[in-house]
This record gives sequence, C-alpha cells and structure tokens, in this order.
Amino acid sequence: MKDNPEKIIVCRCADVTLKEIEDLLNQGIVDMDDIKRLSRAGMGQCQGKTCRNLIMGMVAGKMNITVDKVKESRYRPPAVAIPLDLLTEENFNEE
Amino acid sequence: MKNKAQVVIIGGGVIGCAIAYELAKRKVKDIVLLEKNSLASGATGRCGAGVRQQWGTEMNLKLSIGSVKRFEILQEELEYPYDLEFEQTGYFMPAYTEKQVEQFKINIALQRQFGLDVQWVQPDEARSIVPIINTHGLLAATFHQKDGHLNPFHVNFAYARAAQRLGVDIHCHTKVLGISTEKDSIKKVSTDKGDIACEIVVNAAGGWSQSIGEMVGINIPTYSERHQILITEPYEPLFKPMVMSFYHNFYTQQEPNGAIIMGIGDPNEMKGYNMEHSLAFAKKCSSLVTRVLPPLKNARMIRQWSGLYNMSPDKTPIIGEASTLNGFYMACGFSGHGFMIAPMTSVLIAQMITKEELDIPEVKTKLDLDRFERGELFIEPSVV
Ligand SMILES: Cc1cc2nc3c(=O)[nH]c(=O)nc-3n(C[C@H](O)[C@H](O)[C@H](O)COP(=O)(O)OP(=O)(O)OC[C@H]3O[C@@H](n4cnc5c(N)ncnc54)[C@H](O)[C@@H]3O)c2cc1C
Repeated sequence: MKDNPEKIIVCRCADVTLKEIEDLLNQGIVDMDDIKRLSRAGMGQCQGKTCRNLIMGMVAGKMNITVDKVKESRYRPPAVAIPLDLLTEENFNEE
Repeated sequence: MKNKAQVVIIGGGVIGCAIAYELAKRKVKDIVLLEKNSLASGATGRCGAGVRQQWGTEMNLKLSIGSVKRFEILQEELEYPYDLEFEQTGYFMPAYTEKQVEQFKINIALQRQFGLDVQWVQPDEARSIVPIINTHGLLAATFHQKDGHLNPFHVNFAYARAAQRLGVDIHCHTKVLGISTEKDSIKKVSTDKGDIACEIVVNAAGGWSQSIGEMVGINIPTYSERHQILITEPYEPLFKPMVMSFYHNFYTQQEPNGAIIMGIGDPNEMKGYNMEHSLAFAKKCSSLVTRVLPPLKNARMIRQWSGLYNMSPDKTPIIGEASTLNGFYMACGFSGHGFMIAPMTSVLIAQMITKEELDIPEVKTKLDLDRFERGELFIEPSVV
C-alpha cells in the first residue's frame, strides 16, 4: 500500500494521519488553530515540532498561497517537558 | 454577509453556537452568529471541559442534570462525524475541614433528592476511587460516577455545524463594534465587515460580555479573570475521576488519551483580560496537586495556557432578557462553569426567544440581570 494517506502519520504524538488532515482541509477548515483544535495535531509531547510545518505546507497548498502567508498557531511553553517535581515549591531553584 | 437578520448572536464559543443551534431547531430563520476570532478560541477551547452535577442548589442541579441528559444524546442529535468523547468517569470532591464536611452533607442530601447517586466516601475508601491519592488530612469526600468530561472543541464545532446545516450563517473573524438602539428596541449591529439590521441580539461574548453591555448602555456587572491550566505527557491510566478540591482550590483529571490536566484558582488574580501564562502558576499548581496526588511528581508538563472566566458578582450566570431593552438577551457570567451547563442554557435562551414555556421557569426571576439591583444575589455554596 504505497502512499496510503490513512497510513501516513503527520503528527506522531497524537497519531494524526495525513488522511485526517486532508479530510479537514476538504471540509474547508484551513485555519491552523481550527485544525489543531479538531485533530489535536501539535498539542502532544513534541508540541508540533514535526507536524506544524507539514500541516502549514498542506494548508498553503490547499489555499494556493506560500507557506509564509499561513498564520501559525500559538507556541506554548515550556519548550521541553518539565517534571512537575522540579516545579514544586520545595524543589524549585531559580538557577 | 447579510445586512438583515432576525437574530444576531455575538460569540462563537459553546454558548453562542449552542444557542444558534437550539434556535434553528425551533425553526427561527435568518440567524447570524458573529465571532471575532475563530470558533472555540475563547474560554471554551481553553477549558477543563469537566461536567459536574454535584451542586448545592436546586437551580444548578436542574441546569447541570438537564445538560448531562443532553450531552448523552448530543452526538447523535447533532449528527456529528467525530466522537464528542463524553466519558462519565465521575467527580471526586474531597473535604478537609469540618465546615466542608457539613456543607457536603447538606449538598449530598439535596443531590440525592434530585435522583443523583452520589457516594459518601470515608478516607479509607478513597483509594478505591482515586488509587494515587494521599489521604493525609482527608476527612471525607463525595463521588458521583455520572459526572465527567467531553472534548470541548468537538462540542463547540458539533453545535456550530449542526446550526449551519439548519441555515445559520456563521461569520468568524468578524468583530461586533457597536449596537444601535432606538428607545427600548434594537435596530442594528455594526461589525468591522458591515452592518446587520436586527431586533434580537444574544450576548454570548464570554469574557467580553460586559463590553457588549456597554454598547447598548446596559451595565452588566460581569468582569473577566485569567485562569491558568497545564497539561502533562500522556501516561498509563492512573486515576479516572476529576479530582476537585475546594480546600486547595485545584482540579485535575486524566484525559482519555492519558494526559493529565490541572488548574488552580488564584485568589490574587487581578480583574482583566490578561491571557498570558506564568511560571508562578506552574509552580503553585504542581505543588498543590502533587501534595494530594504524589505520584504525579514524575509527570512532565508539556504545555500551559490560560483563558478568561467571565465572573458575575454571585458566581452564577446571567441568563435572560434585559428588562430595559427588548430583544437583548444575555447568556454570560458563567464564572468558570459555563461549559457544563451550555446545553440547558441554550435551550432556555431559545425558549425565551421563541416565547415557549421554559424547562426551568424560575430562571426568569432568579438568574436575570436585575437580581443584582434587587439585591437578590444567588448563593451557591458549591463553587470554587
Ligand atoms: C482554564 C479554564 C478552565 C475551565 N474549566 C471548566 C470546566 O472544567 N467546566 C466548565 O463547565 N467550564 C469550565 N471553564 C469555563 C468555561 O470555559 C466557560 O464558562 C465557557 O466556555 C463559556 O463559553 P462562552 O461561549 O460563553 O464563552 P467563550 O468560549 O469565551 O466564547 C465567547 C466568544 O465571544 C467572542 N467575542 C467576544 N467579543 C466579541 C465581539 N465584540 N465580536 C465578536 N465576537 C466576540 C470571543 O472571541 C469568544 O470566542 C473553564 C474556563 C477556563 C478559562
């Protein structure tokens, strides 16, 4: 099964397939925030480090615009995962 | 965009979209919904999406029980292709002071009168419901299995799409700038994309409800307050229910995908529209939650964000028509629990607009805007 969009994973954290993103685009959903909210792509462990660019490329293709014209969804902190233990008031160290 | 409508709804959160649907279902024509950003971009898309029926007043019991009945059949009724992820994994509410124990005893008696099967939990039974809880200091708890949570994005979109199918026009990225009135009626709504003549407006603007009031010269005493929330990586199942502690002022829950969300109320939060996130919150929240659920110390936070609670002076929503302006309906001031009662709220507003008999008639005299002027605040003992 070559290039089956149901088997191609776009967002590895939330297991979102190419087909799922294509389905949203075909329903006219081309806002990066809407795509994120409906598919959860980009909300997982890596926070969109892989899928964000892929999906922005797909949106650009669908709308016939260049990728830099696609409005990105918001970046959220932290940049890397932090154990809650390190954040607790007993253990938190300003250094 | 149309330049004339029967009803203009301001706000594309769960409340506005649900009202649009309930009105269209009742055959109201020419409904336009306006959203300044995108659907679910306000509190709805930022919320914990917990649904609780363990309330301490008849009004909130009716609103929440009626809403759960709707949530149970919503996916089918709205013919929505995705799962709304309604999981009835319960709310676990621990008590740490004698006063809380007394209050919970009163609440549970009332809740049982309403047919809810709420359990009274002794400290030594707590771990059978929340296996990772540290029972230190715990005096008792209540647990109701039929409370739960849903996917807020899908609920918001499900209502929106069903409304669109029934003919509602939804315009995103369209901001309401003003509302013109003449004597005691509405004439038109002005937006950054043009004007719409109409006589009925629904204020479902969430954290911005007070500014919509200003547009018609009505003082809505709601204000906004940032509430922050964070989420961890997904883990194996650790605990099922929402754990909500009034004593520590936190709530936390493991989502269907295994990620754990948690939030706290901060008594020092200032009124306003700040929607940034802070390290101070992440620290405070981690400290409080891991004290009660120690194994979560190893969980890793991957994301934090915030949203606005639209607070009313008595922490109870305003649901009704203004007494001084015909056709100006308000569904706002949800004070942090609007998602869970959105289904009934929308039914009630639709019933008011179509002059049907209300499912909860006393809403008209108890949740109206004028209660503040009358000095009849609505007192709910069970709010954070
Ligand atoms: C962190 C957090 C956790 C929460 N947890 C829960 C929970 O577990 N359970 C629960 O029941 N509730 C919870 N809530 C509360 C819940 O999110 C809200 O009560 C509910 O979503 C309100 O829905 P709404 O449609 O009224 O508001 P919103 O979703 O905020 O929608 C209002 C919309 O109006 C739009 N708008 C405003 N002004 C204008 C204008 N001039 N023109 C056009 N559009 C405009 C906004 O852009 C916005 O999209 C939580 C809230 C937060 C912030």
